[in-house]
Amino acid sequence: MTEMEVLFFLFVLSALAALIGVYLYRVIRGPTVFDRVLGLNGISTKAIILLVVIGTVYGRVDMFVDISTGYALLNLVAALAIAKYLEERGSA
Amino acid sequence: MSLVGIGFILVGLFFALVAALGVVRLPDVYTRSHAVGLTDSVGAFFILLGLALYQGFSTNMVKIVVVLVLLYLLNPVITHATVRAALRSGLKPWIKEKP
Repeated sequence: MTEMEVLFFLFVLSALAALIGVYLYRVIRGPTVFDRVLGLNGISTKAIILLVVIGTVYGRVDMFVDISTGYALLNLVAALAIAKYLEERGSA
Repeated sequence: MSLVGIGFILVGLFFALVAALGVVRLPDVYTRSHAVGLTDSVGAFFILLGLALYQGFSTNMVKIVVVLVLLYLLNPVITHATVRAALRSGLKPWIKEKP
């Protein structure tokens, strides 16, 4: 991995971190609770990509990809549980 | 191979930027779900595809493709469940008010 590629992946990392900040605005400001759930979903998607990019920079993709797979499955279970709970509760 | 991967990563970053713009600017849960569910999925697809191509043909490429398929299947499922919960709990869609 050359110097330019390291700089490129650092650029990708900082861009994804900035996008997490944008989603965090929606999580904090969101008028309803569903906006917050959608914003958290976007943040976790960005975090999964971020883990794979960090693994590429370090040259240890085989380890970081396992962590991101576990994070994706945890995110699925948590988001479905929150959605089911809000659906049963029945008030916006 | 790695140059093609870098190109795919740049395309994916563009889609992710558009999705973030939509999450901030759109007026409603139902409209924001398009930004999170569709555009963000395509952005994640392209970024992970670029990273997989950057690795070259190896075990790491297969592992990244597994994460890609998982994310591309699960992201719309989560968005759909959230929007269905919003609809069934009685949230009214946004309507442009008459001037």
